[in-house]
Order: sequence, then structure tokens, then C-alpha cells
Amino acid sequence: MDSSYTILILLIPIFTFFLLGFNFKRIKEPTSGIIGTALIGTTALISYFTAFQYFTGAMKGAIVDGVYQKVYTMNTVWIEFSDTLHIDMGILIDPITAMMLIVVPTISLMANMYSIGYMHGESGYTRFFAYLSLFTFSMLGLVLSTNIFMIYIFWEMVGVSSYLLIGYYYNKPSAVLAAKKAFIVTRFADFGFLMGILMLGYYGGSWDFKVLSDLGFIESLQQAYGAVFMGLSVITWALILIFMGGAGKSAMFPLHIWLPDAMEGPTPVSALIHAATMVVAGVFLVARLFGLFHFMDDGAALTVVAYVGALSTLFAAIIAFTQHDIKRVLAFSTMSQIGYMMLALGVSGYSGHDGLGFMASMFHLFTHAMFKALLFLGAGSIIHAVHSNYMQDMGGLRKYMPITHITFLIAALAISGVPPLAGFWSKDEILVAALHDNTLIFAVGYIVAGMTAFYMFRLYFRIFWWNEPNYKHTPHESTNTMTIPLIVLAVMTIVSGFIPFHNLVTADGAHIETHIDWATAGASVAVGLVGILIAMFMYKKENTISKRFRSGFGNFYEAAFAKFYIDELYMFVTKKIIFAKISAPSAWFDRNVVDASMNGVGNGTVWIAEKIKGLQSGKVQDYAMFFISGVVVIAMLFWFFI
Amino acid sequence: MILGVSIYEILTLSTIIFFIGVYGFVTRKNLIGMLMAVELILNSTALNFVAINKYLYPDLIEGGIFSLFIIAIAAAETALALAIIINLYRLVMSLNTDNLETMKN
Repeated sequence: MDSSYTILILLIPIFTFFLLGFNFKRIKEPTSGIIGTALIGTTALISYFTAFQYFTGAMKGAIVDGVYQKVYTMNTVWIEFSDTLHIDMGILIDPITAMMLIVVPTISLMANMYSIGYMHGESGYTRFFAYLSLFTFSMLGLVLSTNIFMIYIFWEMVGVSSYLLIGYYYNKPSAVLAAKKAFIVTRFADFGFLMGILMLGYYGGSWDFKVLSDLGFIESLQQAYGAVFMGLSVITWALILIFMGGAGKSAMFPLHIWLPDAMEGPTPVSALIHAATMVVAGVFLVARLFGLFHFMDDGAALTVVAYVGALSTLFAAIIAFTQHDIKRVLAFSTMSQIGYMMLALGVSGYSGHDGLGFMASMFHLFTHAMFKALLFLGAGSIIHAVHSNYMQDMGGLRKYMPITHITFLIAALAISGVPPLAGFWSKDEILVAALHDNTLIFAVGYIVAGMTAFYMFRLYFRIFWWNEPNYKHTPHESTNTMTIPLIVLAVMTIVSGFIPFHNLVTADGAHIETHIDWATAGASVAVGLVGILIAMFMYKKENTISKRFRSGFGNFYEAAFAKFYIDELYMFVTKKIIFAKISAPSAWFDRNVVDASMNGVGNGTVWIAEKIKGLQSGKVQDYAMFFISGVVVIAMLFWFFI
Repeated sequence: MILGVSIYEILTLSTIIFFIGVYGFVTRKNLIGMLMAVELILNSTALNFVAINKYLYPDLIEGGIFSLFIIAIAAAETALALAIIINLYRLVMSLNTDNLETMKN
């Protein structure tokens, strides 16, 4: 079967965007929600079909000798610079794309369906669904890109959709600030990404993913470029810059500051963009260029990825302990889990059992998308019921919201790594991969596994148990359009751990053998259970243990609560150093030297014109007089000099 | 050729006429006066053509033909200028150039 139907995966969401975007006054609630959900549902079906065709080998060229290949279902040269360097537009399908073709439309469909109920009565209802479609289009374009420049285009488009959706409540100043912050921080990171792309194009000579993942090509690059700066080759520096872009999108330390603020957006947006899809774009990017990351300079760039991931995962987990806003706890949890994926990529080898980290990272990306989207949608349901983001206003909700309670519990157990839920399988693979490669990173991952269990169950017990505050309105379970996505995602959370990822998604496309390492698995489950038990002890009933802990930690608690003052550091660097020491003097120079000289030329011209405009008398005699004088002068010159 | 009159006398005469014309053009405020001054300039030129042709190149006739052209064009120009002047007079009831500078600003 011809696989050019895959273009529909992109065409349907962008059509939805234009349909809803151009008619946002005409299409009313809930029609727009239903249209959006139906069309994204269609996209999802086509995507599932594509992934199914690819993984079963029914797609032409998908499997050669039992190894998954990169398949271009279409590709046209868009801008040509030289024979090898050109920007193409096309559709690439390989294992990680096929996997994302399941993740992105599923979460998008769930978020769309959920929003029909959640966004009820909001002004700009249709606008919201138009933005969601735009985002879905951009994200699918990102994962289907055939070359790094096309990824860059869609990369910026997801940034714009994220900006629009965070700033959805545009009459709320904090939302506007958060949208700007998200856009500027990721844009700053994308500056590095663009530099990396250009360096890779200039020195590497190709942007095409098929070429860039070809081992012979990587070998030739390795031989062509020696160390230029700090012992690393220029290609490695390009990769580190590209990773900077990835770290910005994926909220890795120290470019994470936008993610907590991005929670100002509506909750389905947080679930779709800031938990499941857009923020894993950085992981996807590293996975996409994994061959280069792994082989250039013996994986120097990959070591950077591993340590940045490990630092972020620990850093975010500590902050998540202290936050009161439930969406912020989830945001830091997301950052922590993405750090997990990054460190798994960082410790991974390329082929065979060494490539376990890559597989585990993609596996965790998949399962995390399911249970984190579920947690966010559950949080949205809770916020919808109690009209507050803060856990002080919550407690005892298990009686009022049974479906939300059960699904939230399933997701919390999954993220804590309790078997047989999804998170257990993927997290276990990550820990095994880390243990094989780097003990320090394993230790961080292991500690964070316990911390994750603790802060998730702190959230769970604090919301659903504890003591009931005095609710103004009795909370009630959400409508069906909101609970159905919760149930679907809960089912996905339970079953997705059993998907045989090691046969489907690997770095080199070949199958790898995995087995449960019971020692590591047992240890990780044990630390998870310890975390859960401590949380239960501290938060199941109202008590003062947590207050005493808080005062026990003193300054450290304060620092963690203030997110270790990273925001303040950024403000200090930008305002006090860059703005005051660089921008202000250059603004002065611009105004008083550059502008002034230009204005001087203009003013001088005007001044001279004022002085000589009397000569333009309008009398023919005057003009004749000038003319004759001129003739006389020239005649004199001729007379005396020739 | 006129016996007893050299080319210098004739050229001096034409130069005098020319500068009278220029002086008149610059000093007259009346449009008709200016037109007459222009005629003087043209006539002095025509005189130059004829004199030089006759004294220096007696075999050729181009100088005479040029004078004829100048006279014809001067006539046409005068007709046109008078038509403009009449219309202008109907419009502003004056022929003084001081009153005819409305396009200055």
C-alpha cells in the first residue's frame, strides 16, 4: 500500500485550526469542541494505522533483515544550498516517530475531549480548540520531520502554540507574564539550537536524518574533524548547542524556569503540552540524533546530556517537596521525569544490550506521557471542583470524586514505580541501564525514585485524605467528557507497561533482549514503597509532622520553596548586569551618537534649506539674473584660464 | 557686404543689442516689455548669423537659413506668449511680474 496517506496526519489538524480559527465568532460552544475532538480523533486513527503498518512491517521498506529502517513516505527539496546540503519537506517514519504517533494524538484527543467539559462557559472557547489543533499540527510535524531544519521550523511552531495557550487568559497579568517568560526562555535556548544546526550544516554538510544517522557518515566526520576547543571537535560542540535547544524545550536545569510558570495556562494545556508532548521534544531530539551524540568524540556530548538530566531530576524532585500549588508540584515532577529520560539517553550505548538506555528512555517517555497527562487531567478535575490550585483548600475529596480519586491513585502508583503499572517497567529499565554505565547517575536515579513516590503521595494524601476544609460548595464529580479521558488514560497507564518496547523502539532498529533484573527492580520498588509509607504517615491524617520537618530543615526548606532562587538569579543577571551594564550604555550610545549624527545630518539639511529658500522667488527676472551671472562667471573663467 | 563697414562694427552692434535685450529682460516688470526684450536678444543673434555668413563664408547660405528659422520661431513664440499673457491678464487683471508669483509657495 502506498503510504502517502501519512500527509493526512498533518493536514487534518491544520485544517481544523483554520476551520475553527477563521470562524471563531460563528462556531459556538460546544460545537467547536466536538468538531475539534472529532477531527483530532480522525488524525489519531490515521496515526495509529500508520504506526501499526510500520511496526508490523506492512509499510514498504519498514523492516529490512529484521531491522527497522527510516522510511520517507514523501520528501521534496525545498531550498537547495549545494548537492548535499538542502532543506527538505517530507515525512519520516522510524520507530521513535511511530511511537510518538501514538503518544501525541492520544494525549491530544484526550485533552480535547476533556476540554469540552473543562472549558465550559469560558470566553474564547472556540479559540482554545483552534490553538489546540495548531499545537497538535506543530507537534506532529516535529516528530515527522525528515531533517533538522524542518524540525527547527516545527520546533518554533510548538513554541508559538505553547505561548498562545499559556497566555490563553490574556486579561490575567500573571498568565501574560508566564507566556512571555516561556517564549523568551525557550527562544534563548533555540538560539543555541540554531547555531548548532548551522555549524552542523557547515562542517557536517548535511541536515538529512538518514545521512546523519548513517554510521559510515558519522565515522567520516569523526576522522575529518579533530579537537578544536577544550578537547572536543566542532561537531561535538554543534551537538552540545543543539542539546541547549532541547534542554530549553524540555525544561532542563538551568533553562527550566519557564515550566512552573507555564501552569498559568488551562489545565488540559498543561497536560497536553507541558507534561506529555512538547516538553519531551528535547528528549526526542537527542534520540533523533542519537548516533551522532553517541559516536562523536566517544559520546562527550552524551555525557553532558546524562549529567544535565541527572542534575535536573534531583533538583526538581527537591523543589517538588515544598510546593503548595498542585499544578506546580506536577510541573516539577514533569521536569524530574524528563531528567530521568535524559539521563537514560545519556548512559545508553548504541546497539545490542548496551542500547538499553535508549529503549528505556523512549519507553519512559511513552508511559510518562500517559500517567502524567492523567495526573494533570485529574488535577484539573480537582481544581474544577474546589476552585483552587492550592492544597490548603483541599482534603477528603475521595468521597466526593470517586473516579478522579481512583484514576489519580493509579497514576500516582505508576509514577512511583509500583508494579505492574507502566512506570515500574520503564523506570526499572532506566535504573538497570544507569547501573551498567555510571554508579553516580544510578545513585541519583535511585534516590529520585524514592523522592518521586514521596512527593506524589504527599499530593495524593493531602488532596484525597487529610481533613476536609469548609467547602463553600460541596465538591462533586466532573462531567462525563472529563471523566472518560481519565478512565481511558488510566487503562493506558495500566497496560502500556506491557508493550514489548525492546522489540520495537531501539537505537539501531534491531531487537534487543531484556529481562527483569530482580535485584534492581526489587530495590526500586522498595524505595518507592518507603516513599509512599512516609507520605502516608505524614499526610494521611491532619497532623503537625510536616510542619516540624519544615522548621527542622529551616533555610534549606526556604531555599527549596523559593526554587533555589534560580528565577532571582536570572533576574539579577538580566536586570543588574545585562540591562544595566550593557543595554543601558549601548542604548545611550545609540541615542546620543548614532541617532544624533543621523538627526544632525537631517537638521543641517533643514537649516540650510531654510536659509536658501528665499532664492526661490518665483520671479523670472531673478532666475534670468542668476543664469546670466553664471554665464558671465564661466565666460570669465574661460577668458582667464584658457 | 557693405562697403566701408567691417565685421567688427556689425558684431559690436549686435553685442550692444544683445545686452540691451538682456538688461531689458532683467529689469522690465511688465510681461510685454520682457517679451520685447527677448525679441531684441533673438534679433541680435540673427544679425550675428547673417554677418558672419556674409563676411567669412560668402559661398555658403546656412547662416541666412538659420536667421530665417530664428525669425519664424520668434514669431511663433511671440504669438504663443501673447496668448498666455492675454489669458493671464483676464485672470489676475495685471501684467506686473510682482503679482504673478502665486506658485512660489
